[in-house]
Amino acid sequence: MTNKQPLLSVQGLCASAGDLEILNGVNLEVYAGEVHAIMGPNGSGKSTLANVLAGRPDYTVTAGKAIYDGEDLLSLEPEIRARMGVFLAFQYPVELPGVRAWQFLKAGVDARRVHNGEEELSAREFDRMLNEKVKQVEIDPELVRRAVNEGFSGGEKKRNEILQMAVLEPRLALLDETDSGLDIDALRIVSDGVNRLRSGDNAMVLVTHYQRMLNYIRPDKVHVLVDGRIVRSGGPELALELEERGYDWVREEVESGK
Amino acid sequence: MTTRTISNQRYHEDHQALAAASTGPAWLDDLRAAGWERFEALGLPTARRGNERWKYTAVAPIARVEFAYPFINAEGAESAELDFGFSTVSANSALNPAFNHEEAEIRRHLGSLAPMNDDGFTALNTAFLRDVAVVRVPDGTDEPVAVCVNHGGLPDLEEPDGEQLFARHLRTLILAGRNTNLTVIEAYSGPTGPRYFTNAVTEIIVGEGAQVDHYRLLDENPAAFHVGTTRVHQAKDSRFSSASFALGTALARNDFAVTLDGPGAYCTLNGLYYTAEGQHIDNLISIDHAQPHCTSRLNYKGILDGNSRAVFGGEVMVRRNAQKSNAQQTDKNLLLSENAEVDSKPSLMIYADDVQCGHGATAGQIDAQTLFYLRSRGLDLETASRMLVQAFAREIVDKVKPETLRNYLESLFDRSIAVKSLPVVFQSP
Repeated sequence: MTNKQPLLSVQGLCASAGDLEILNGVNLEVYAGEVHAIMGPNGSGKSTLANVLAGRPDYTVTAGKAIYDGEDLLSLEPEIRARMGVFLAFQYPVELPGVRAWQFLKAGVDARRVHNGEEELSAREFDRMLNEKVKQVEIDPELVRRAVNEGFSGGEKKRNEILQMAVLEPRLALLDETDSGLDIDALRIVSDGVNRLRSGDNAMVLVTHYQRMLNYIRPDKVHVLVDGRIVRSGGPELALELEERGYDWVREEVESGK
Repeated sequence: MTTRTISNQRYHEDHQALAAASTGPAWLDDLRAAGWERFEALGLPTARRGNERWKYTAVAPIARVEFAYPFINAEGAESAELDFGFSTVSANSALNPAFNHEEAEIRRHLGSLAPMNDDGFTALNTAFLRDVAVVRVPDGTDEPVAVCVNHGGLPDLEEPDGEQLFARHLRTLILAGRNTNLTVIEAYSGPTGPRYFTNAVTEIIVGEGAQVDHYRLLDENPAAFHVGTTRVHQAKDSRFSSASFALGTALARNDFAVTLDGPGAYCTLNGLYYTAEGQHIDNLISIDHAQPHCTSRLNYKGILDGNSRAVFGGEVMVRRNAQKSNAQQTDKNLLLSENAEVDSKPSLMIYADDVQCGHGATAGQIDAQTLFYLRSRGLDLETASRMLVQAFAREIVDKVKPETLRNYLESLFDRSIAVKSLPVVFQSP
């Protein structure tokens, strides 16, 4: 394990939105097979980190780099990152009225296949694959017959993100507060979906404010992000400590220089 | 002024030649003569000051050309093979055989709705009345009827004389009798090549309890001028749905007015238009709630690219006695270019007090967050943009009931809408 290259290596990453600096030197290494949780108080930059890695154009990277699978991730267009296996589950999935889920998902799968020098899937092959994934993540099959996310409840949208993740089979999945706004049943279903997609070949980074999703998805590493910097890293026990003591103690410790 | 005199002269000569060649009936000759008289008095609406109906559209490009009328001694051209599996009616097939039947009924209705007295284009159309595409479903016909009115080409003129441009004045009369069910497609197309001018007038009479699904398809030569004037009269408890599809031309006008003239009448008017570089479309849609307990839905969508312009005027009038009227109108525009412009003016004039009415208009670009969502799934900017534009159009296309027509329109718009370049507006700030 130790002599292996990390799948993702973030080094001194700084990013801003407009005049506002949000990330102030993030360092993070994620190896294939690992699940990392990024926790932190509101406004600490957790979501920004996930979105910058996926290429959301609202942010400007001002310093640092991110190496993904040996490539300079931040120099790539968002769609190239996706085709290389980076996936962002959105905190607020976008409604796409009139865009048929089938067409949308197939376009994503085919784009990745073509990028990898493979043939596009036939309609029948894709159908078979989609049906399998629908079963795998326990999503209502009706949802893939409708326009993408149109009129979906919050929970349905999050489940649909997990379905997309299952279909696109990312190597690096970034889940941006996928647990927010879910009731306990939906949280279980989403977590089960994530657990089923875990493998030795891929990695996941869960961005979350609360510990509760980590009851269902056991992370290998937990990081605490405060003011745009990772200030603590540890095992799953760190999440429990945060749940018990809140985020203030971390901030205090950081400020007192411990 | 000189320009208008010259162009009227050509119209006058052709009108007279048509009248001289006419073999009747006399009432039609009289109507044609009356049309010419009105046209002489009205001219084309080139004056823009104080002319709300033509506020954003300059008629001058049409008014300054001397369009010749090519049908005086010509057989009509074969129409394109567009029938969507329906039986077809064409007005281009020389003296219209429809006049042999039910002449009294046609005589009663032809010109009864068209605004010949105050609209120059309708007056001019009437001045050239000869062939009429008539769709008539007698009262109480049980079987649903589906017809395609195919206004195809110009006649094949061997050796067109030099620079001469042609006009066609097309006329359609649709009579849906009491308790009938009619689906009718009006398809306008034309030859590629030089510019021509289509001046179309359609009158639709929807009888009591009748259901009419009307589709208007404008797929003219991109250099053409098209002025379409449609008037619909609805009797009690009738249902009229219309969807107008327009691909851009140099100048297109869709003046479409419905009168809800009996309690319980319902109309839904949908539209989808696309304009590319340098094109202009003007939709003026009016609904007159003349009687109580009527409902209207007006929903137009536009996709504008390049340096093109769209005008939307929605006018819903609710008359004093028209209590319990329910009217909604929206116009949504998607701008694919920073140079595209839309002037959208929905308006309500309400003189009754117990009504439910609303309107809205939007114009915007493809949202940057939405684009990012698609790109984050691996779709490049062009594919993502095209998918979103097609989805925008689909809301209207999906309402088309005949499957043949729906599939045709879906592929026509998908093919026609060029989402190639990356407009600056797609970049997030």
